[in-house]
Amino acid sequence: MATDTQLDLWEVFIQPKSGNRYAHAGSIHASDKKMAIQNARDIYTRRGEGTSIWVVPSNCIIASDPNDEDMLFEPSNDKVYRHPTFYEMPEGAKNI
Amino acid sequence: MNKQKAIFNYALRLGDNSLVLGHRLAELCSKGPILEEDLALTNMALDHIGRAQAFLGYAAQVEGKNKTADDLAYKRAERSFYNNLIMELPDKDFAATIARQLLVSSFEYFLYTELMKSKDETIAAISAKAVKEVRYHLAHSSDWTCRLGEGTAVSHEKMQNALNDLWMFTGELFEMNDADAILIKEGIAIDLNSIKQQWLEHVNGVILEATLTLPSSDFMQTGSRKGIHTEYLGHILSEMQYLQRAYPTAQW
Repeated sequence: MATDTQLDLWEVFIQPKSGNRYAHAGSIHASDKKMAIQNARDIYTRRGEGTSIWVVPSNCIIASDPNDEDMLFEPSNDKVYRHPTFYEMPEGAKNI
Repeated sequence: MNKQKAIFNYALRLGDNSLVLGHRLAELCSKGPILEEDLALTNMALDHIGRAQAFLGYAAQVEGKNKTADDLAYKRAERSFYNNLIMELPDKDFAATIARQLLVSSFEYFLYTELMKSKDETIAAISAKAVKEVRYHLAHSSDWTCRLGEGTAVSHEKMQNALNDLWMFTGELFEMNDADAILIKEGIAIDLNSIKQQWLEHVNGVILEATLTLPSSDFMQTGSRKGIHTEYLGHILSEMQYLQRAYPTAQW
C-alpha cells in the first residue's frame, strides 16, 4: 500500500436524528479533533444526513482478525434456536 | 437618494460581496490542499452563492424593474458592482485563502449578528440564516490560522505574509456612504463603526493565538463603494458572465 501522506485517518459516525444510533459513515483525514469534526461535517452531512457526529482515530479501533472468522462467527450459524422465532406471539402484543 | 434606492444599494453591496467571494472560493474546487479541505471550501462557496441569490433577489424586487437575481449577477458591468475589494483578490496560496476567510468571516459574523435586528424583515431573515453559516466559516478559518501560524516556519511565514498583504483591504469593509446614513436612521442598516472594535479584537485574538502579529500598516485601499475595483474583478466577471453575454436569455 502506498504511504498515506494526507494527515491522520479518522472514522466517522453519524446520528441521523436524536435518539437514533450512530452509524459508521466512512473515514476522513484530519490533523486534530476539531479538524476531524469539521471535515466529517463537510463530507458526510452536506445533504442533511445527520444531527450529531462522532469521530474516532482509526488506529483506536480494534478490529477482529479476518483469519479468525471461522472461530468467531461460524459456530453461531447452526444455532437457529437463538433467534426469537420459536415463540408464539401473544395476541394483543403490538409492539414486539 | 430615497429609502428605496438606499435599500437597493445596500442589498446589492451585501449580495455582491457574497457573489464575488463565492465565485473565488468556487474557483478552488479541485485545487484544495486535501480532498476534505477542497470540499470544505466548496461548501462555503455554496453558502455564499446562496446568500448572494437571496440578497440580489431582494435587490431586484426593491428596484421594481422586473429583474431577477440572475439579471443583476450576470448583466451588470464592473462599475456597477459594489463588493469590497478584498473579495475579488486572487488566491495566491492556501494561506491567502485562509487569511481572507478569517478577516471577512469575522466581519460578516458581527455584521449579520447585528443585521438580524434590522427593521427590514427580509434583511433580518437573510442575516439570521447567514449567521449560522458564518459561525462555521469563522471557526474553520480561525482554526486554520492557528494551525498555519503554529505549524512550520514556512507555514508561519506564509500566513503572516498573507495577513500583511490583505490588511490594507480591511478598512474598506467599514466604509459607509449615503445609503448607510439613510438606512441607519430607519433602523435598517447598522453603523459599521459600532462593530469595528469587536472585529479588531476578535481578529487580533486569533492572530495572537496563532503566534502571528497583527499588521500595523495604516494605509487602506478604497473604491468599492463607488464601484471602483482592482484589475481582478473584470476577469472574474468575464468568466462568470460569459454565457449570458454570448447567449442572452439562455436558460438551464
